[in-house]
Amino acid sequence: MTLDKLVGTAAAAVADIPDGASLAVGGFGLAGIPWILIEALLEQGASDLTIVSNNCGVDGAGLGLLLEARRISRVTASYVGENKEFARQFRAGELTVELTPQGTLAERLRAGGSGIGAFFTPTGVGTLVAEGGLPWRFEPDGSVAVASPPKEVRTFHGREMVLEESIVTDYALIRAAIADKAGNCRFHAGARNFNPPVAMSGRITIVEAEQVVEVGELDPDAIHLPGIFVKRIVALTPEQASRKDIEKRTTRPRPDDEPRPDDEQGATR
Amino acid sequence: MSWTRDEMAARAAQELHAGDYVNLGIGLPTLIPAHLPEGSDIMLHAENGILGVGPFPYEDEVDPDLINAGKQTVTVVPGASYFDSATSFAMVRGGHVDVTVLGGMQVAMNGDLANWVVPGALVKGMGGAMDLVSGVERVIVLMEHVTKSGDARLVTACDLPLTGRGMVSRVITDLGVLDVAGTGFEVIELAPGVEYADLVAKTAAPVVDRR
Repeated sequence: MTLDKLVGTAAAAVADIPDGASLAVGGFGLAGIPWILIEALLEQGASDLTIVSNNCGVDGAGLGLLLEARRISRVTASYVGENKEFARQFRAGELTVELTPQGTLAERLRAGGSGIGAFFTPTGVGTLVAEGGLPWRFEPDGSVAVASPPKEVRTFHGREMVLEESIVTDYALIRAAIADKAGNCRFHAGARNFNPPVAMSGRITIVEAEQVVEVGELDPDAIHLPGIFVKRIVALTPEQASRKDIEKRTTRPRPDDEPRPDDEQGATR
Repeated sequence: MSWTRDEMAARAAQELHAGDYVNLGIGLPTLIPAHLPEGSDIMLHAENGILGVGPFPYEDEVDPDLINAGKQTVTVVPGASYFDSATSFAMVRGGHVDVTVLGGMQVAMNGDLANWVVPGALVKGMGGAMDLVSGVERVIVLMEHVTKSGDARLVTACDLPLTGRGMVSRVITDLGVLDVAGTGFEVIELAPGVEYADLVAKTAAPVVDRR
């Protein structure tokens, strides 16, 4: 056993992920998603995957690639509105989808990684989330094949709360801005999002890092995710590290209308 | 006459006060920041992990890693912080966020909100809306008073799937400002040129004049 968790390639890092594996995947929208690991998994060919991720990519990017290749059989997510192929597979009964409130999803991952089996939360009380009946899978004719079960509701501190189970997955895929070779990670801006709780929930967590540094180079005070939650690290090439995209590019004009060079990266999607 | 979307946003901006931590939902509420006075000292929370969201970036400031919950590129203000999604929803669920302004489809007189399942459309997910509604101290809904086909959105009981139960305190529409009062809605303010009788006719629940 060594603390050097660097793996040569993304392909090697995902090589042992079997058919039927469960994976938690970091990111929010397209920010902070593990682009390169997802592409390696697409190449690797594992299928019948159970995915836990806040979103499921967009058409042609991120988890959308695995979806288009029919590698995903079940998804737990909070919002899946940006993906037509996802909607088609869900509606056609090809995909099982468990929609869960975003904060509940984050806490289910954090709790799973923390050894907690379940927790009570006020989120979803009085809705289909607690009362059951959310469609999980449709029949090809559009009728509901499987609906969510009702959940236990109890009162704590004078408030009704619903029991939500934690999530532990076989693997977790995340993206970090900087990792040291022991797996200590730092994230950049809003790309942190689901990456830490996702990393905690995975039995085998694989990080793709935009930059990898030697052990000792990161200030212990400045680490966002301790390396104990990380098993494998893939160092991205500069080209891979710059692989990012923007769903909604919104800007404002400079008051002085000073001309600027075009920014090639991050075309509006 | 009634309020335009921008005027509705401007009216909603008046609900926010210096020192408030505020989460703004997608849709209409995204128009609110433009109506906050300069240096208003309001900290905007984005549930993907930002406290202190600033204006849209200049073209050469765009950072794909820096987006809001609507996936739009943004900037941050001095004093901002970044955190993970579990911490972000600890702020929401734990009652640390003071106000949220959300879009809506239906609000009931008991404060129930429905805003996540579009009738007839495939369910896309609730995102963070259920967490916001059940965790934030003050929930304000900003929406048109009636649907495109003219149906009332302010009702005695929601028939759309709920986002949360009994959590809405105030509704701002193109016709005015109404408070949820349990057995009906109380009209606090009418938009300029709107007849009180017109607002009453377009509200499918008891209405009391509290102007």
